[in-house]
Amino acid sequence: MIVELGHYVLVLALVLAVVQSVLPFWGARTAEAGLMRIGDFTATVQFGFLSISFAALTYAYVVSDFSVLNVVQNSHSEKPMLFKVTGVWGNHEGSMLLWVLILGLFGAGIAWFGGNLPRTLKANVLSVQAWVTVAFLLFIILTSNPFERVLSAPAEGEDLNPILQDIGLAIHPPLLYLGYVGLSISFSFAIAALIEGRLDAAWARWVRPWTLAAWVFLTLGISMGSFWAYYELGWGGWWFWDPVENASFMPWLAATALLHSAIVMEKREALKIWTVLLAIIAFSLSLLGTFLVRSGVLTSVHAFATDPERGLFILLILLLFIGGGFALFAIRASELRNGGVFAPVSREGALVVNNLLLSVSTATVLLGTLYPLILEAFTGDKISVGPPFFNLTFGPLMIPLLIALPLGPLLAWKRGDLVTALHRVWWAAAASIVTLACVLALFGTDAWIKAVAIAVAAWVMLGAIAEPLARVKAFSSPIGDTARRLINLPRSAWGTTLAHFGVGVMVLGIVGVSAFESERITTVRPGDTVDVAGYEFTFEGMRPNTGPNYQEIIAGFTVREGGTVIANLEPSRRIYPARNFPTTEAGFHTVGFSQLYISPGDPTDDGGLVVRLYHKPLVTLIWIGTLIMSLGGLVSLMDRRLRIGAPQRAKRKAPAVPPGMEPAE
Amino acid sequence: MTRKGQRFLLISVALSLLAVATGLVLFAMRDSIAFFSSPTDLYSEPVSESQRIRLGGLVAEGTVIRGVGDTVTFGVTDTNAVITVSYTGILPDLFREGQGVVTEGYLAPDGLFEADTVLARHDENYMPAEVAESLRQQGVWQGDGDGASTAQPGSSDY
Repeated sequence: MIVELGHYVLVLALVLAVVQSVLPFWGARTAEAGLMRIGDFTATVQFGFLSISFAALTYAYVVSDFSVLNVVQNSHSEKPMLFKVTGVWGNHEGSMLLWVLILGLFGAGIAWFGGNLPRTLKANVLSVQAWVTVAFLLFIILTSNPFERVLSAPAEGEDLNPILQDIGLAIHPPLLYLGYVGLSISFSFAIAALIEGRLDAAWARWVRPWTLAAWVFLTLGISMGSFWAYYELGWGGWWFWDPVENASFMPWLAATALLHSAIVMEKREALKIWTVLLAIIAFSLSLLGTFLVRSGVLTSVHAFATDPERGLFILLILLLFIGGGFALFAIRASELRNGGVFAPVSREGALVVNNLLLSVSTATVLLGTLYPLILEAFTGDKISVGPPFFNLTFGPLMIPLLIALPLGPLLAWKRGDLVTALHRVWWAAAASIVTLACVLALFGTDAWIKAVAIAVAAWVMLGAIAEPLARVKAFSSPIGDTARRLINLPRSAWGTTLAHFGVGVMVLGIVGVSAFESERITTVRPGDTVDVAGYEFTFEGMRPNTGPNYQEIIAGFTVREGGTVIANLEPSRRIYPARNFPTTEAGFHTVGFSQLYISPGDPTDDGGLVVRLYHKPLVTLIWIGTLIMSLGGLVSLMDRRLRIGAPQRAKRKAPAVPPGMEPAE
Repeated sequence: MTRKGQRFLLISVALSLLAVATGLVLFAMRDSIAFFSSPTDLYSEPVSESQRIRLGGLVAEGTVIRGVGDTVTFGVTDTNAVITVSYTGILPDLFREGQGVVTEGYLAPDGLFEADTVLARHDENYMPAEVAESLRQQGVWQGDGDGASTAQPGSSDY
């Protein structure tokens, strides 16, 4: 009964979405306040219905209702409760339901917090949001109904893919979807602005917090996914340039560019057309990502069982929204007037450079991801584009971006001075050059790529700190004044500093693990000791163990450093009988920011065990860095200016120093 | 700076950046792209030693030899021809005889395929799309479409 209720309210939500996609839009055209207000009501109730629907499916999972096909295919009565709940979105149908639930959440968010939006803009935004919701609800109801019953209910389910039976499934998809779907708001705002033909600095001020929130979730979602792949899959890597990873990475790059261009638009009314275009592109890339993952055109870890009909449906949604968005843009863009002229060397100029580099690198990732599909469609040749392609194209484009990154915030709006900016960060530059020299001295001149990469990471981190220090005159005024200024810095400035510092930390982690990793693949017998990067791994032997819904063979390792035991690691090979599915559970030990990693392989015919042993220097900094970046986004969101619903503040007070000395806010 | 000058500068910077990116893409395409081949293809068409190849097929029954060391050899077949593959490292969890597999690497002059990546299916119904297609051409496998599509990179040298 509850399952039918879930299905029923899902259809009701569709009806409401249809209403919402027409009436507020019509109200905005005819200036009917009553029609426009309907959007608030429908968005709220719609979110309520979607929540009930989602709760109904969750209920079916929790009580292991095997009369529901989706539960049969993805659950098992002996599965731990956490995985019963997370299993709701560990499959195609359930994950799409989560997708629209979040879509509904953001729609309701506009209704609740959009009180200070101009009435027509709000009505149009809600309608555009409803168009997206209608498309995806139709998709679910017509092709991917999670509430489908089976005629004769089996006694036991087929269990969830064991790789997904992990806490990562509880965190990674919801965060990622919050980010993906959050970009729909920027898209709706862009389309609404194009429909109205009006676009001003206020528009950017409304869009920015939503984009920033989506960006924070996307950053967390992607980095959680990377961390999950690293520890769960046992392949030892943290990023594979897998098409589906790229599918989430491209919207991230576009959203990052959008965040920065929206700043220019808000402050200087420049880059309007570009900002709107980016908002459309960012959401288009999220839709493309959904298509790539759900249609099964790409071979990937993330693809669930696929069905050509679904792929076609999503392709239609994709064409409709991307095509429609770009067409509207092409018709209307010429009516938008660009403001603010600026010198090439200025804050605007730096943000343009940021945008150009991010867009071009997005394009190379897009090309590498789609090229095999396009080539196959036209010539029938089947190729695969691997990580070396992305490392060779994406990597070099990031270097100038990272070098320019600390300088951007130091330049003044409109007309900046590179010499003054450099003067404020000379100590950071000097420290980076010293770092470069030290690495070269330690590892020889052959290691120049590593040395440059580490120096760049140091430059980004120190440069990020240099900006607020210069702003509060840390070295040239009394400590009391400095501290007072530091406290008075706006939160958005702290956000920028944190986010940029996080980038540096992440780069350091990436460089550390890519350039200095040690790896041994070897066969061990009980009692054998293997040395990796100064750590001695002793294989103690194997023993069987039984878990709640799996059996495993644990390989015991003792790790010593200089003769003292520092860790006992127990990686294992598991088998999940419900699906006869083996998995590998890697073993870890963290030393500082670095990790030791053991991935057990197959037993050999003569009683040994093939293992991969790694020392991964600084690897945890990759995820610590992304956490710092997200924290920066959060802090910036709490800035009064951006707080959703906060009244607009009057013009900022002019800085109490002579102009030209202080970078303008 | 005038609006016109600003636009000109912007366009020239954007174009030169695109040129650099295109250059990088073309450079990277030269040797980091792998072509998919079936064992029959490798016998019928000569392939250069430096061409990266993605070889797909079924793991031939009774051919998996786990050496005393870490190197494993196995035959990959499309039932028409068999290519012997050698791989050093840990095979994916779901690597089994008689199942679909995709390997990437280079064909040595002696006909041994030296793989640095082995991908196997990720669940019970999996047949890599490319393998399914190639086997269908050989008339061996009549399954529908692509099967589920989850590949699992085995250990590889990224």
